[in-house]
This record gives sequence, C-alpha cells and structure tokens, in this order.
Amino acid sequence: MGAMAHVLAMSPVPARSQMGSSLGFHIILACFGIAFAAVIMIAEWIGIRRGDAAALLLARRWSKVMAVLVAVGAVSGTVLSYEMGLLWPGLMGRFGAAIGFPFSLEGIFFFLEAIFVGIYLYGWRRLPPWVHWWSGMPIVVFGLLGATSVVAANSWMNSPAGFTLSHGKITKVDPVSVFFNASTPYETTHMILAAYMVAGFLIAGVYAVGLLRGRRDRYHRLGFAIPFTVAGIAAPLQVMMGDIIARYVEHNQPVKFAAMEYVPKTTGEVPEWIGGIFVNGHVYLGAAIPAFDSILVGFSSHTRVIGWDTVPAAFRPPLVTLIHLSFDLMVGIGFFLLALAAWQAWYWWFHRRLLTTAWFLVPSAVSGVAAVAAMESGWVVTEVGRQPWIVYRVLLVSNAVTPATGVSVTLGVVLVLYGILTAVSIGVPVIMSRRWRRETSAEEDAEQVPYGPSPARGGVSPAGPEAR
Amino acid sequence: MSPSPEAIGVAAILFVVIAAYALFGGADFGGGIWDLQAGGPARGAAPRRLIDDAITPVWEANHVWLVFILVLLWTAFPPAFAAIMTALFVPLSLSLLGIVLRGVGFAFRHTAQRLRMEELTGATFAAASLITPFFMGTVVAAVATGRVPAHPAGNILAAWTSPTAILTGFLFVAACAYISAIYLVLEARQRGNRDLMRYFSRRATAAGLLTGALAGGTFAEMSVSAPHVYARLTGIALPLVAISIAAGIAVLGMLWLRWYHAVALRATAAIAVATVVFGWGLAQYPYLLPTSLTLAAGSAPTAALIAEFVVAGLAVLLVAPGFALLYYLQQRHMLTAADTDADLRLAARLEPAVSGRASAAAAPAPARITTAVVLAVLTIKAIRDLFRRR
Repeated sequence: MGAMAHVLAMSPVPARSQMGSSLGFHIILACFGIAFAAVIMIAEWIGIRRGDAAALLLARRWSKVMAVLVAVGAVSGTVLSYEMGLLWPGLMGRFGAAIGFPFSLEGIFFFLEAIFVGIYLYGWRRLPPWVHWWSGMPIVVFGLLGATSVVAANSWMNSPAGFTLSHGKITKVDPVSVFFNASTPYETTHMILAAYMVAGFLIAGVYAVGLLRGRRDRYHRLGFAIPFTVAGIAAPLQVMMGDIIARYVEHNQPVKFAAMEYVPKTTGEVPEWIGGIFVNGHVYLGAAIPAFDSILVGFSSHTRVIGWDTVPAAFRPPLVTLIHLSFDLMVGIGFFLLALAAWQAWYWWFHRRLLTTAWFLVPSAVSGVAAVAAMESGWVVTEVGRQPWIVYRVLLVSNAVTPATGVSVTLGVVLVLYGILTAVSIGVPVIMSRRWRRETSAEEDAEQVPYGPSPARGGVSPAGPEAR
Repeated sequence: MSPSPEAIGVAAILFVVIAAYALFGGADFGGGIWDLQAGGPARGAAPRRLIDDAITPVWEANHVWLVFILVLLWTAFPPAFAAIMTALFVPLSLSLLGIVLRGVGFAFRHTAQRLRMEELTGATFAAASLITPFFMGTVVAAVATGRVPAHPAGNILAAWTSPTAILTGFLFVAACAYISAIYLVLEARQRGNRDLMRYFSRRATAAGLLTGALAGGTFAEMSVSAPHVYARLTGIALPLVAISIAAGIAVLGMLWLRWYHAVALRATAAIAVATVVFGWGLAQYPYLLPTSLTLAAGSAPTAALIAEFVVAGLAVLLVAPGFALLYYLQQRHMLTAADTDADLRLAARLEPAVSGRASAAAAPAPARITTAVVLAVLTIKAIRDLFRRR
C-alpha cells in the first residue's frame, strides 16, 4: 500500500523524539498549573479559618513558586503549539479543523488561568482575606477545564470522532463530538488525578526533606501534610480509575492493550506478566501469574484477550518491551504511592499525628519523583502504544510527519533548551526558598516574581525580628 | 467559488489577533532592543528599570495572542497552516528559539539580579528581541510574496531569503523598537520622569523614521516580488496604507511638539501599525497563500469555523473582564491592613511546635480499633473472593 512507501521514505523518529521530549517536559509543569492552586487554596483556607500564620505564609510563598512555574509553562506550551505544525503538518493540514476546537478552548482557559494567577498575586495584601481566597478559585477551575480541553485533543487521537471524510478530506465537523469523544472521560480523569498526585507528592517531598533535616515546626509539618493529603486522596482514586481504564483500552484499542500485557495471540487463560523482556516471541526475566490477565479483563480465567496477531505486522506498535515495562512501572509506582498514603492515613487514624520516622519520610521525599516517573511512563504507554497511528486507524504517523529537513537539528536544540528550562523551574524555587530562610521579612515582602506587583507600587513594612 | 461569510469572518478575527500580537508582542521585543542599546550598567540602569517595570503586565498576553494565531490558523485554514509550517520550517523554528530565550529571561529575571547573572539574562532578552521579530518578518514576507506553495515538498530556503523577506525582517525589528519606545515615553510620563521621556522620545523618533524608510523600501520591492499583494495595496487597500502613513507622520509630529497625550499618542501609534496589518490582510484576499491557495479552497468546514466564533465570543465575555480586573488591581496603590510576610513569619515562629487541637476531634480508641478491624476483615474477604472465582 502507498503508506508503506512513506514509511521507508521518511523516518518520523526525530520528530517523535522531539514531540515526546517537549510533551514530557511540559506535562510536569502542566501538573502544577492544574493542581498547585488547589493545594494553595487549602493552605489559605486553613490560614484564614484558624488564623494560622504558618498556613498563610505557606500559601503566600507557594503562590510565588506557582507564578514562576506558570511562566515557564507558558513558554513550553507555546513551543508545543508551534511543534504541532512544525513537526506534524500532515496531521494539522488534514485534521486541524477537527482537533483545533479543543485547543482553542484550552487557549482561552489558560489565558484566564494566567490572568487570575496575576490577580491572586496582586491581591495578597490588597483584598480582604475571603475575597482574596475566592479570587484564587478560578485558577483551580480554569486549570481543570484547560486540562480537560487539551487532554480531549489527545483522546481524539485515540478515538477519533466528529468528522466526515470524503476523498481524504474533511467535509464536515462536529466540534462537540470531537471534544466528547469516547476516550475523553477516561483520559481526562486519569490525567487530572495524575496532576494532583504529581504536584502533591512533589511539594510534600520538599517538606519531607525539611522534616528529615530536623525542621519539625508547624510550618514544615503543614507544608508536608497539606499536599500529601491532596495527593494521598487522589492515589486510591487513581488506582481504581487505572483498573477501569485498562479494561476500556482493551475494548477500544485492543492492540495497544496486547502490547501492554504481552499478548501475542488471541486466547483465553492469558497470564499477567510482571516485568520481563519480549524477544522473538518469548518473555524473558518476567514473572507470570497464570490466567490473571484474563481475570482482570473479564473477571474470569476463560476470558479471551485480543492479541496483536489480529492486525498486520505493519500496524502493530513497535517496542512492545518498552510499552509493557512502562505500564508495569506506572502500576507499580501507583501501588507504592497508595501504600504510602494508606500508611499515613492509618497512623493519623490512631494517633492524629504525622509519621516522622525516616522509614516514612525518606520514601515520601522521593514520592514526587516517583509520581513523575509514573506519569511519564503512562504517557509512553498511551503514545507509543498507539503507533504506528497518529490518529488511531485513520492516519499514520509517517504520513503526518513533516517532509522538511532539519528536525534532527531542532531536536538537539530543543533538548538543550529544555535542559535550561528544567534548571530554571527547579533552580528558581530553590533559590527563592534559600532566600526566605536567609533574608529579612522586609525583603521577602518586596520580592518580585512573574505576574507579581512591582515593589515601586507596594508598601514597605517594618522588618520583623528573625528567628532563623 | 467565493469564500463563505464564516471563512471571511474568521480571517478577520485572525488579523485582529495578529494586530494585537504586533502591538503587545512588538512592545515587548522592542523593550529588549532598547535594553540592548541602553549602554553600560550605570548609564543604562534608569531606562532598563523602566523597561522592566512596564513590560511585566503585558508579557503573558503576548504568548496567548501568538498561540491564538496558531490555533486559529490550524483550525480554520488547515492546509495553509500545514504549507507554511513545512516550507518555512527554518525561520519559524528560529523565531520559536527567540520566544523560548525570552521566556527563560523573564522567569529568571528577578532571581538573576541577585545572582549577578543580569548580563546573561539581558543578553538573552536582547537576542530574543532581535531574532523573533526578524524571522517572523521573513515568514510574513514569504507568504505575501507567494513563495509558499500549497503543497510544499519540504522546507524552501529561497522563500524567506529573498530581498523582500530580509527587508521585511528588518522592518519588523524597527517597528517593534518604534512601538515600544512610544509606550515607554508614556510610561515615563506616568512616573513623572522627564529625563526618560526625552530619552525615549528621541529614540521613538529615530525608530519611526527608520521604520518609515524600511516600509517604503519593502513596498518598492514588492512591486516586483509580490505583484498580487502590491496591486491590491495600491488599489482597494490604498486607504488603509494612507491612514497608516498619516498616523505615522502624526506620531512623529506629536513627538516633535512634545505633546505626550496618553490616549492620543498610544492610539495613533497603534493605528499606524494595525492598519498595515489589516492592509496586508485585505491585499492577500482572496488568497491564503498568494496565488496557490484561495480562502475558499483552504477553509475548514463551516461547523469548525462557527466553533471559532464561539471561542472568540468566550474570549471577549470572559477574558476581557478578567483582564480589566487585573489592570484595575494593578492601578490601585493602597494596601489593606492585612498581614505582611513579616507579621506572618513572626506569628508562625511563636506557634508552639506541638500538634495541638487535633486530638480533641479524635474518636475514642475502642471505636477506632473496631472500625479498623471491620475494614481490614472486609478488605481481606474481598481479596479472597476475587481469587476464589477461578
């Protein structure tokens, strides 16, 4: 078929790598755009409700970190918009009319989110406490709506709907069906929960390190407890959703599911492989639980699971080992985080206190990094698992990739730039926190952040005595 | 086949957004150009500080305008978007590089001041301010001169390296410097700084004259390189060109007379730039890519176009009030009696480091133990049931 000639002519690997690294970077910042505001809202609520200065100080400092991360996220988001065209003109030229609508909405929601980040930062000492708290709520809401919109665009690539093709050209579009395609409810819920887990565990991890270093004051305990609770509530929901989504993928994209679970042939009594490398039809170094995959899919060991033998070799995803191990890593980390949250919940139930043993705090300190790894693996599963399709069963990646030369060069530049952006998004908050511990309060009041008020317009407050 | 009214409507929205980006984004990049030539640390401190203060509130909008341009283009006119992105891969990638550098500088700015990395962030800001407008100019010229075919087989070097394209690149840089200097004159006036008013007034005049000269040069070049656009610029779009020239001269006159009226000066300068953008749009009609792809052939189905109207309506309904609120808060200088960080820090340290109130809410121990045992038994039973079925 004609498509195969294209596969030989153009290698989409550099373009896929560039898109993958750009998305993989942006998604971490996006998690903070989606979930950080909710954590801040809880801290401010506690602060106002109980007159808790530590909680208020946390909320105020977190909002400054959020501003930096949203500013970097705006840049990496712009890069992604460009890359949709620079790397995949074959997708956008044919299906831009369909996939464009969710992106347009996302643009609006991000704009609104950024505006309210600005209002929230400006309002810290200008608005009455509860008015200020409400001025932060739109960040939470628009963050959720923005995430839903942009993940809906990805869902559409997994279950394309809402358009009519004639002679390879779109003649009719139904934007509502595009947005609410079959995968949208699953993917958006999964991603939003992931965002709450990533942001929550990462922030909690910072304060876990502080607690380990002996800073056990209320400020650090709250700084750990609030985000950890948010993430800990999301964790069991995520494990439950994951189970439901896996069955949905088996139904909607059976070949992707087959790659996730090493199912070469359609049969019953399919074993569940834990780990393992797939080479030449054999799984090495893996542990198999007999018939457990069939049970998970259909609650019976006789359930037939569709294998990748049902489609020609050219339409099977590459790198099944990568897909399977990524899936296992995601699930494994999911259960690890669930266990961590359950342990703290158990302890809270009986002692009404935070666990402060190193056995708990050390895993908690790395829980954020683990959550990021799980989320990235999840995206590897859904994206590599959809290959060779860019729009499932409609358009091949090789027909969408740009014919322009030079993608290998831009890939190199993008990797370097994202190294710098990573340094900025980790470095700036680290520098800020060091300053907070070192400087006088007056300097903190005068501190400038993106979106924040300039000191020329703010007031100068009397410096308080410093305990540390 | 003539284009549908919806297609014309979305194209009109697209050009409004492009004009907004030219004005706001242009002011931002222009700020970088003035930052670049402000001189050494001592001499350039005052203008740099003004640039820094003036830019923050509009920076975010720039990205959103740009993203809207891309999204509108790919949703409403997908084939044109794909063709431009393929043929002009190189200049677009370079303009993107500038945008990323600008963003890094922005996020790092205030932290950097303390790290003595000012010069590095200043350099990235300046580099971005030259790179991005220049390559965007070459992109626009490549489209206007009809060097982007409807189905390019790869990137086309000749499309954006023609004399017209290079001239347009310089024109964009000069126009950014011009629009930015005008804003900065008014920012200096608002702060009552007469020295900086004169400083940026001189620069605005120089940049204005340079922009005019480059525009004239580009216009002359286009008579040969872009016959379709040139014919319409001197035909139906001539009134817009005339307004732009008149507005440009009027701005120079106001600067010469030192009549720095906040609204009049800003509006006239904005008109001078926006009319050129609209003139370009009108001159391209009926083509998306002169002369290989028409608006009628390159438009998305009607429902997709209408969806973009809805999105534009949402933007006006939701974004405009939000933005207005933000500006209102920025203008309000007074502080409420709320705690400062200093008060909070003091209070937080005084808080005793024991977990207080929590135990008051706790249920009695026997009840908790009973609940926990029941829950554990139920969980174990559920797991056993799951395995028993096989």
